[in-house]
Amino acid sequence: MSDTQHLKQTPIQDRHVALGAKMVPFAGFNMPVQYTGIIDEHHAVRNRAGLFDVSHMGEVRVTGDRALDFVQKLISNDASTLIDGKALYTVMCKPDGGIVDDLLVYRLAADDYLLVINASNIDGDIAWMRASNDVGATLTDESDATGLLALQGPAAFDVLTAATGYDASYLSFYHFDAVTDGTVLGLSNVIISRTGYTGEPGVEIYCRAEDTGTIWDALMSVADQFGMQPTGLGARDTLRLESGYCLYGNDISLETNPLEAGLGWVTKLAKPAFNGRETLAALKEAGLERKLVGFVVNEKGIPRGGYEIQNGDGETIGQVTSGTQSPVLSKGIGMGYVKNVPEYTTPGSVLHVAARGRTFAVTVVKPPFHK
Amino acid sequence: MQFPEGLYYTKDHEWIKVEGDTGTIGITDFAQSELGDIVYVEVDTMDESVAQDDVFGTVEAVKTVSELFMPISGTVTAFNEDLEDSPETVNEDPYGAGWLIRITIEDASQLDGLLSASDYAEMVGK
Repeated sequence: MSDTQHLKQTPIQDRHVALGAKMVPFAGFNMPVQYTGIIDEHHAVRNRAGLFDVSHMGEVRVTGDRALDFVQKLISNDASTLIDGKALYTVMCKPDGGIVDDLLVYRLAADDYLLVINASNIDGDIAWMRASNDVGATLTDESDATGLLALQGPAAFDVLTAATGYDASYLSFYHFDAVTDGTVLGLSNVIISRTGYTGEPGVEIYCRAEDTGTIWDALMSVADQFGMQPTGLGARDTLRLESGYCLYGNDISLETNPLEAGLGWVTKLAKPAFNGRETLAALKEAGLERKLVGFVVNEKGIPRGGYEIQNGDGETIGQVTSGTQSPVLSKGIGMGYVKNVPEYTTPGSVLHVAARGRTFAVTVVKPPFHK
Repeated sequence: MQFPEGLYYTKDHEWIKVEGDTGTIGITDFAQSELGDIVYVEVDTMDESVAQDDVFGTVEAVKTVSELFMPISGTVTAFNEDLEDSPETVNEDPYGAGWLIRITIEDASQLDGLLSASDYAEMVGK
């Protein structure tokens, strides 16, 4: 058991405790891992709606005349394509192409961007941002002052409308509305963002930390009407993995680059210089040594991070980075890096996962796994 | 959280119920709660003699996998085959329908080294 005395809390820890959540240490925070159970919560999100407290995530505000220049040098995706009210997914790399973190970038105004980073990386990310800031942009760590709820699932928009009167269904994917006129529960500073980490429709709601409880309570007050359930980090992980989304620390890290991770779509080698671009361009030219693939288990067995991936001859060709039992498929699913040759990476290829003295066959598939 | 009297408990979170020279083994309420949703129980030691503290199988939950350890030495004589179709029974009834294996006890004196219900409850802080 970890010492919970030194853990940070989200602004609404009291709600989780009152709901009987199982709390675990995660990234220095005391976080709800489950309320009723991972599988039950997973199905609630896939079939109805789930509400997540993800206030542990980090938020960094970038402002000033050179804000865009700073962001463009920092990230691999092209922030010059953003307009006010639009966000993008990206990674930021070291010069050697290793991934410092994956993040969302929101353009609030031409000189005002919001960067949303992983809780486990907040200190390192901000140090890296400050070290990269050779244009004099103003960086402000707003992590502790910001609450974040994710409302996800096919009924998410109906829940939000019923609870707050705000109909977010008009928002396109990766668009957001900064609501400052009190329309949402009388609050003066809320961002409704059409984003998420579950593969379902829904929104993420940013607010001042002290307003998190107001929004949580309003959404929970209509939970029964829509079958919405509070959802913990356990289901957040199974949902993201079933959708084929990378998790920093598992599937991507300083030891991996975005091209081999299948994140070439957010790596715009043609845009002006950014950290890692030269290395990544050279890697692309030379050909990638390995590639992140998804796979479904063909028999009984659940892949776990660190297990070996083998070819039919029992030769080690890679390693599992994430794995779980898919609640929708009722089968093991996983992701891992394998040698970049077509007989290992092509969907339909049969590989083997070795663990604790036994192996099980898996078939390479292109995620999402559940559709 | 339940820790029934009359069972012997281990520091590895198994329990054993003794009837004559037969032992019935499962995992504790605390163990199932820590593991969360259980999706497979695998026992690959049927009809084998397994020594105390050695691995007799594994339990796979959604989030994690855990090995299962013999509370005392014995020969595995039965596996709870209902768990093949309903592994969640271990979560729902860990001391009853969610039992894992039965063994023929080899050395009953090993029971003396196991924990009582109250000792175990104290160990897990419940």
